[in-house]
Amino acid sequence: MASDIKILTDKINIPGIETFEVYRKNGGYAAVEKAIKKMSPDEIVEEVKKSGIRGRGGAGFPMGMKWSFLAKPEGIPRYLVCNGDESEPGTFKDHYLMKNIPHLLIEGMIVSSFALGANKSFIYVRGELMYVIRILEKAIEEAKNAGFLGKNILGSGYDLELVVQPGGGAYICGEETALLESLEGKRGNPRNKPPFPAIKGLYQSPTVVNNVESIATTSWIINHGGDEYAKLGIGRSTGTKLISASGHVKKPGVYEIELGLPVEEFIYSDQYLGGIREGHQLKAVVAGGSSVPILPANLIMKTANGEPRLMSYESLSDGGFATGTMLGSGGFIAMDETTCIVRNTWNFSRFYHHESCGQCSPCREGTGWMEKVLHKIEHGHGKMSDIDLLVDVAKRIEGNTICPLGDAAAWPVGSAIRHFRDEFEWHITHPHEATQKGAVFMNKSILV
Amino acid sequence: MSEKIEFTEDRLKKVEEIIGRYPADRKKSALLPVLHLAQEQYGWVSSATMDYVAGLLDLQPVEVYEVATFYTMFHLEPVGKHVIEYCRTGPCSTMGGEDVYDHLKQKLGIKSNETTSDGLFTLKEVECLAACGWGPCFQIREKYYMHLDNQKIDEIIEDLSK
Amino acid sequence: MEATQLIKVTVDGKTVEVPVGTTIMEAARMIGPEVAPPAMCYYKPLKGSGGKCRACLVKVAQGSEKDPRPMPKLVASCITQAQDGMVVENFSNPDVVNARKGIVEFLLINHPLDCPVCDQAGECHLQDFAFEHGLGTTRYDDERRTFEPEDIGDKIQLNKNRCILCYRCVYTAEQITDSRVHGVMYRGDHAEISTYISKAIENDFSGNVIDVCPVGALTDKTYRFKSRVWFSKPADAHCNCDKCSGKVNLWYKGDEVIRVTARKNQWGEVEDFICNDCRYEKKKTSDWVIEGPTKIPRHSVISANKYAANTIKKPEFAMDFAAHNFKEIDDNRDYNKSLEEIKKSGDYKNLMNKNKALLSK
Repeated sequence: MASDIKILTDKINIPGIETFEVYRKNGGYAAVEKAIKKMSPDEIVEEVKKSGIRGRGGAGFPMGMKWSFLAKPEGIPRYLVCNGDESEPGTFKDHYLMKNIPHLLIEGMIVSSFALGANKSFIYVRGELMYVIRILEKAIEEAKNAGFLGKNILGSGYDLELVVQPGGGAYICGEETALLESLEGKRGNPRNKPPFPAIKGLYQSPTVVNNVESIATTSWIINHGGDEYAKLGIGRSTGTKLISASGHVKKPGVYEIELGLPVEEFIYSDQYLGGIREGHQLKAVVAGGSSVPILPANLIMKTANGEPRLMSYESLSDGGFATGTMLGSGGFIAMDETTCIVRNTWNFSRFYHHESCGQCSPCREGTGWMEKVLHKIEHGHGKMSDIDLLVDVAKRIEGNTICPLGDAAAWPVGSAIRHFRDEFEWHITHPHEATQKGAVFMNKSILV
Repeated sequence: MSEKIEFTEDRLKKVEEIIGRYPADRKKSALLPVLHLAQEQYGWVSSATMDYVAGLLDLQPVEVYEVATFYTMFHLEPVGKHVIEYCRTGPCSTMGGEDVYDHLKQKLGIKSNETTSDGLFTLKEVECLAACGWGPCFQIREKYYMHLDNQKIDEIIEDLSK
Repeated sequence: MEATQLIKVTVDGKTVEVPVGTTIMEAARMIGPEVAPPAMCYYKPLKGSGGKCRACLVKVAQGSEKDPRPMPKLVASCITQAQDGMVVENFSNPDVVNARKGIVEFLLINHPLDCPVCDQAGECHLQDFAFEHGLGTTRYDDERRTFEPEDIGDKIQLNKNRCILCYRCVYTAEQITDSRVHGVMYRGDHAEISTYISKAIENDFSGNVIDVCPVGALTDKTYRFKSRVWFSKPADAHCNCDKCSGKVNLWYKGDEVIRVTARKNQWGEVEDFICNDCRYEKKKTSDWVIEGPTKIPRHSVISANKYAANTIKKPEFAMDFAAHNFKEIDDNRDYNKSLEEIKKSGDYKNLMNKNKALLSK
């Protein structure tokens, strides 16, 4: 059984923790002191590598490896950009972290920028969170006044300026190259890759883009060492992870779990979600944000081999897309038997249609097409052939686009049909019934 | 409708400060923050405002149009005093959003993208606001309103109508 | 001088040696049109173009000599650099063929298929692409997005319905002219080429956006409805121009020059951008030195008479398509009157409005 160790949220409930004073009193900025005074940038990178932490934004790419790809040509500035564009439906952990304990991110930014040799770093936060941006700006001001930011930090000769940049309302800017375009004051059109940001990123300079949670974790890694971090978690899923839980559970909210926690325990124990709302049963779960494949309740509890499913990168993806899903960004959406999967799929599809940047044709045209077909099915105008049409359109988007938004739009549709085809068919054969308010197709065999 | 567009002293100062955040030849980076400032002052972003912003940042007007139309936060038409941006995406729906928003629309007597006749409220449907576990939710300017139910909505609307 | 290092690339079984840094697309073009992937957005003369339409997706079956692993996804050949020993499958790979069918279908979702009244027909890259790679049918039976055609300046008409958002005209305005007044507004499938607040594109090189447009979204108003392109005869000609190279194609209908365009290479790309004076103001043979008839190696599907081939079931396709798009229209029009008469009678506007209202139902 996983421990209840917390490394990001252990201090989050301390009154006044959003201020520099209280944060500092509770051990804050020790990682900056240690990193800048006692460690070399390479040593920090080494610790992060040892920790095995994987990018918490959704893709799960090893953070240390990403750092080591950063090109270091002479005379050209390097940038660290923190991705706080959190817009994946089901995910609100970065929002939670930044508003409650902003200094944790600032501290991580200083440590990480020092490790990467960046003298100007950016925190790109979605524009809707303007109030959080103001919290971060205040925290930066405080850190600066205390000598942890600005020129000659702690007398080390190292300079760092932190800039918080607001987005303008575009999910796509969570994709790292779209984010960089946006930061350059342009439309959030993802770039063609290669070149990757590590070679040519912000302002054509080598750049690392990391998620808020990933960067916030670096302070703990510096304080306790990468090896200690790697002891947490399970297998290649090291450490802890913030899970944003929403939907029909008793206690929605943000939870820090040690990776490897059984899904069942996460849903049903009082320490976490406290179970499904009274009098209802679990029907389906989207485990890692709206773009990952949806799983019926039975498959989220146990893998196809009958092993208990764990909250880890590997266990959640066990069985591939046929019977598995992904940890993604940790947006855990639980749905009980009152949820109409067709409606939910249409809703997600509408989201991706709305958020497609429109640059490449499969995504621009395909996302809208899928939404229209799903709208028809949901509203009682579907044809049986529409189901296969959806599968086919999704397949033709998947893998053929400039950025992963195409995949993100295709996966929820493909997986919903894969696991809930009978529900789609019912909508088509029972258009009148299906369009009644609150009407839901029942297949009790999948409920847990 | 040729209102003269000019930022207040404070905001002009703020623009200078924002431009200073980026490398000297990367003034364009200031575009999103400055558009936010413009919307803060005027409530929406007219083409005259965009031209003005282009002037401040040495950009071609079209560069500003392209950006302002891409991002959904910028209102390209005049809006009411309070713009209620409610989240319609999956998790908020799952948590009861659809019924709550129906109540909201009924209460205001308008549909999405409409403004009440007294010019007080504009309703806008938006996608996920990153508050899924605290939904259903909406946003008015910088403030988030979470865990919404019918009663809460009544209170908020009455409060803002005063 | 150091000799350029050459690498070997194989496309559909044919091998070519190319300089390091060459894209798969350019390598394939060096081999020849039989293996060159289609390109709807890529345009070699324009920096930064490519990667968007995904028409040129190919399978990399072997990454390189050193690392022979295949690439997991199809890649856009126009922006992917070839590696030494790379093996590329293009027309020979069923996944590629299937993906391109998908791309054609996607591009045609919001395309009006108004080829019969489109000046681009016959030299339209989308027409060629759809013919060569498409299915010939559509599964899309929803509303298309529609816009009214608009003039951007007195010589260019913009028909957004036909636009496939290749961004070529945007790059052209940015790279060839001194100020760009049009761009891509909005996003997703609402994205549109526009000046936002109605503006004319006015500069000496603005007309080049017409030549780079792969479809009939940007057309030359001075040439509007003058002829189907296959009824006109192009000639190479030049003049002494102080603004541009002066190297053009003159398009003749009988003895009349009905259009002047830049010269294009085998891939439909402009060789030398021309100025507006050459394009619009010099429409007399005496303005030019004629070099001779233009050889067009890349035949359009229409001029090559391919539509007569048996590869496509023409009547079914046309009927299917017509059926899909059949809508109630106002049938009170007096068909005995000519359009001119109706226009004069004052009923024309009413009629148009009525039709529009019906169509939007």
